[in-house]
Amino acid sequence: MDVNDIIKPENKVYGKPVLMNDNNMHYCPGCSHGVVHKLVAELLDEMGVAEKAVGIAPVGCAVFAYNYLDIDWVEAAHGRAPALATAISRLYPENLVFTYQGDGDLAAIGTCETIHAANRGENITIIFINNAIYGMTGGQMAPTTLIGMKTATTPYGRRVDLNGYPLAITDLLARLDGTCYVTRQSVHTPAAVRKAKAAIKKAFQNSLDKKGTSIVEIVSTCNSGWKMSPAAANDWMAEHMFEKYPLGDLKNV
Amino acid sequence: MAKIRGAVVVNEERCKGCSLCVVACPTHTLALQPKEVNDRGYHYAYMADAPSCIGCASCALVCPDACIEVYKVRVD
Repeated sequence: MDVNDIIKPENKVYGKPVLMNDNNMHYCPGCSHGVVHKLVAELLDEMGVAEKAVGIAPVGCAVFAYNYLDIDWVEAAHGRAPALATAISRLYPENLVFTYQGDGDLAAIGTCETIHAANRGENITIIFINNAIYGMTGGQMAPTTLIGMKTATTPYGRRVDLNGYPLAITDLLARLDGTCYVTRQSVHTPAAVRKAKAAIKKAFQNSLDKKGTSIVEIVSTCNSGWKMSPAAANDWMAEHMFEKYPLGDLKNV
Repeated sequence: MAKIRGAVVVNEERCKGCSLCVVACPTHTLALQPKEVNDRGYHYAYMADAPSCIGCASCALVCPDACIEVYKVRVD
């Protein structure tokens, strides 16, 4: 059987999600952001909520998320995505409101907004991309940077006496009464991608059911910032990041 | 015995040659073009060993740029 006999529309099992448009993404080759964008686009289409979905784009690498997914987006000031999501979800309660934030956005400048939005139990979904570095600005240390990890601002590795400990903010958020679903996933293997998709789906469903704040942390790579090839960055993440940020559900009410 | 045959179509202009699909492919079907590049200068992925593809979509799942379409057919 020839390849051309297989490549027919009736045999298609997987392709680009319809909500993702043809713009080339500005992300570096192998960036985890693309996979998560794809999952969000697939889920909004499969759940039939594309028309009432409102995404809040962060400041960081994902600042141009609105260029790639054909849904309604609002661009927030740095770290203020949960505050904006609060406003939108209260003014338009029938909409599915989600934020898409990196670790510099959510765990550094936006810690206040994140914790208070989660503590109030706003009916929003927070998708948190944790790559332990400020990717967009050139690989500086983030609160989530691992001890001993080399970045542009910690060239000899992060030191506890100078820079403190890595911040596992998802663990903090799991302790709050306002959150209903807190989970940590990754997208480095096909199996992990399927699990992450199921987690984001559950989070979206919780938001639609008005159960409280759902947080999905995606432990991801920044191969440019880490100065590695995409495949090596995935291996490094599995070896080092999962020790501090173990995968799995932290809270599921 | 029924056999599953698969094939993938890579959007060559969208591919950034990150090689994550090559790593994820369980049958070693995919590879990066050794010499050819697309308009943006990336060595894009292609089916180096087309008959071995089983259409499992592992490559497409991990592709960050959603540039892989997967086709699968059952051969009796």
